[in-house]
Amino acid sequence: MSTRQPYDGIVIAAPVTIPYRRYSTNTAHWWVGRAVREVVQRAGLRSADVDGLSLSSFTVGPDTAIGLTQHLGLSPRWLDHVPLGGASGVVALRRAARAVQCGDAEFVVCVAGDTNQVDSFRRMLSTFSRFAQDAVYPYGSGGPNASFALIARNYMKRYGATREDFGKICVAQRANALSFPHALMKKPLTIEEYMSARAISDPIHLFDCVMPCAGAEAFLVCREDVAKGQGLPAARLLATIERHNAFPDDPIQYRGGWAMDVPELYAMAGVTTDDVDFVQTYDDYPVICMMQMEDLGFCAKGEGPDFVRSHTLTADGSFPHNTSGGQLSVGQAGAAGGFLGMVEAVRQVTGTALGAAVPDAAIGLVSGFGMVTYDRGLASGAALLAGGRA
Amino acid sequence: MTKPLQRPKRKDPLKKTRVPLLPQGVRSRTALGLTSAAAEGRFQLQVCSDCGTVVYPPRAACPRCLSARLPFKDVANGGTLLAETTIRTSTDVYFRERMPWRIGTVALDAGPSIVAHLHGDLREGERARLQLKIDKSGQAIAMALPQSDTPNMADDPQWRELTCDPKFRRVLITDGRTAVGQALAEAVSEAGASVVLVGVADPWKPFPGEERLRKIERVEIVALDLTDTISVNECAGEFAARVDILINTAEYVRTGGIIDRKGLTVAREELEMRYFGLTRLAQAFGPVLRARGADGVNSAAAFVNLLSVYALVNWPAYGAFSATEAACLSAAQSLRAELRQGGVKVVNAFFGPLETEWYQAVPPPKVAPAALARAVVRALQQGLEDVFVGDIAEDIRARLAVDPKALERELGS
Repeated sequence: MSTRQPYDGIVIAAPVTIPYRRYSTNTAHWWVGRAVREVVQRAGLRSADVDGLSLSSFTVGPDTAIGLTQHLGLSPRWLDHVPLGGASGVVALRRAARAVQCGDAEFVVCVAGDTNQVDSFRRMLSTFSRFAQDAVYPYGSGGPNASFALIARNYMKRYGATREDFGKICVAQRANALSFPHALMKKPLTIEEYMSARAISDPIHLFDCVMPCAGAEAFLVCREDVAKGQGLPAARLLATIERHNAFPDDPIQYRGGWAMDVPELYAMAGVTTDDVDFVQTYDDYPVICMMQMEDLGFCAKGEGPDFVRSHTLTADGSFPHNTSGGQLSVGQAGAAGGFLGMVEAVRQVTGTALGAAVPDAAIGLVSGFGMVTYDRGLASGAALLAGGRA
Repeated sequence: MTKPLQRPKRKDPLKKTRVPLLPQGVRSRTALGLTSAAAEGRFQLQVCSDCGTVVYPPRAACPRCLSARLPFKDVANGGTLLAETTIRTSTDVYFRERMPWRIGTVALDAGPSIVAHLHGDLREGERARLQLKIDKSGQAIAMALPQSDTPNMADDPQWRELTCDPKFRRVLITDGRTAVGQALAEAVSEAGASVVLVGVADPWKPFPGEERLRKIERVEIVALDLTDTISVNECAGEFAARVDILINTAEYVRTGGIIDRKGLTVAREELEMRYFGLTRLAQAFGPVLRARGADGVNSAAAFVNLLSVYALVNWPAYGAFSATEAACLSAAQSLRAELRQGGVKVVNAFFGPLETEWYQAVPPPKVAPAALARAVVRALQQGLEDVFVGDIAEDIRARLAVDPKALERELGS
């Protein structure tokens, strides 16, 4: 394989969250517009300075990124649409980073936003993909809960994970969320409550599921010297990986694309897992968090359950994980769910956490996962970010 | 083990009849290849003509070699159930009122993994048989069954949702004067139908086989003349709300082509009995069937047409007859789309020449009325849409698939 160029001099700044709402009567365009405005203001720019735009959204249809340029009055010279759900944040970042690095754009706003109207979730499920329409939705129409129930069930049987292990992840994330101002779920969660919650699609129970909501997340990608000039706290991009449809011959998913590329992620950054101060995994379901802990190298395949048992997973403890509460506690604002960990990681390494700060957070890992078009998540990616001290 | 189905109690006439809902029936054009296979009870998936890879879900390109040559072919249906889930919350209204619902991932020996509906007797880790079935929306789905048959397995609720099993259902056989009508009365009675209404025009007129017919358990003779709109409407007025499966056994078989018939008298009678008879039945019973598609254990389930296989291609020795049968087939296709809204299946049984007086001069092989009756009951129990009964019918089906034009010449010589 050819050697990849490093991302020297590229930073991520102006992490923005537009506070989520369970349901919204506004359109996705409204949420995206607010997030872009917030980035521009935070960065001390004018709209006209934005010469790159990357959009991720499920509900912006029939528009795509191009429609948003006219809608928002932007004239970018670099434009991207990243319809990759939970992998959107990492993928948008790595593409934007190359654009900035090569001079194709100077200020790229990466934004993900979705609305949630009362019926949007149901309508999205039945038309999510051709495979979903032909081969998943007609089977009980359980949505992702049912698809991930099958993955979770197989994983539990194969590696001895228990519901208590998944519960520990959810309970720790809720503890993290209690101090995060934008989390929709602010009630403490106990393991007893987790265990006694109603079954949704066995073994998935209520607190294993994210709550669909409306919201937006965004960040700015630019050169390090430019960010300094604007006086912006910024996170440096050390390394990224991306992989789609990995291991297509696995009869059922028990690993993701990270497992193919993770040595390169750490090699490019010149760090090891020991150097990582916190991890933001993509938490559509806790079993996927556990899979990421393994595939990202924090423990071996099959040791996820033991790894979870031996760490607190809270922002102030051992192995800080999903420090803002993740989607399980903040809510899943469509594609913005794929940006949540990225935005939180930028805040943590730049010392601007809105909630619980990870002590001395210098290097953070952000992981993305998404797009179950048939029986498994296809898209995966990860990025290593560093703050000023790393 | 499947809990045996209980005979449904008499319905409280004041109770609301549940509106039939359908699961999502939208499919890509490629995926409709599964529907063709399911209609006939075959297990077919796409198989790459270039590299032999078995492909699922249906695709436009082979994921192994990118070939576009992906015909549907018979594939071994064995596999292992890797994981199962019981869905308790669904966004879809059809499934919502049928919760809980089990699905699972079956790793097929032939290659791909298939997310399938699960029979209640199949457990995680076990060997499974996959079948393609037609669901209430009229589209193909995969259902995983235990490796070997289990007691009462046809009573499984998820399975029964896909079949039109006569057990505990009320059946109307529209013409009991025919040998096929009588054979069917016997077959559906044996299959556990709770009532077998048998229509007879002018029931006061004795007919061959009458005594035997009357002795069949749960048979009830009703007045029904398919050539008379008033008679059909009166029969529907009295019985339509209690008919779950309608089997049209009307027959009108005469030899001769179009020229040789001379005049329209016979053709008119033929159309009166077959095409207009079918139309009268559809108009009188169709609306009630369609409204009762989700009415519990004995919901309305099927409208069965017995069609000569020469509905598919004309046999000039019985040329005018073939034309009438073709008209009935075309009507049945429309009926299928119209009844689907209520989740009611239209089953077409295509048969070759029967072992009856009207095919006297036709050499064997011929189909015994009892064999046709058995095939129809099996189609109902399996939830099939198209069945070909007898060697001639299967032969015509196979030759049509190869070269319809050649078959036209062969039948005309």
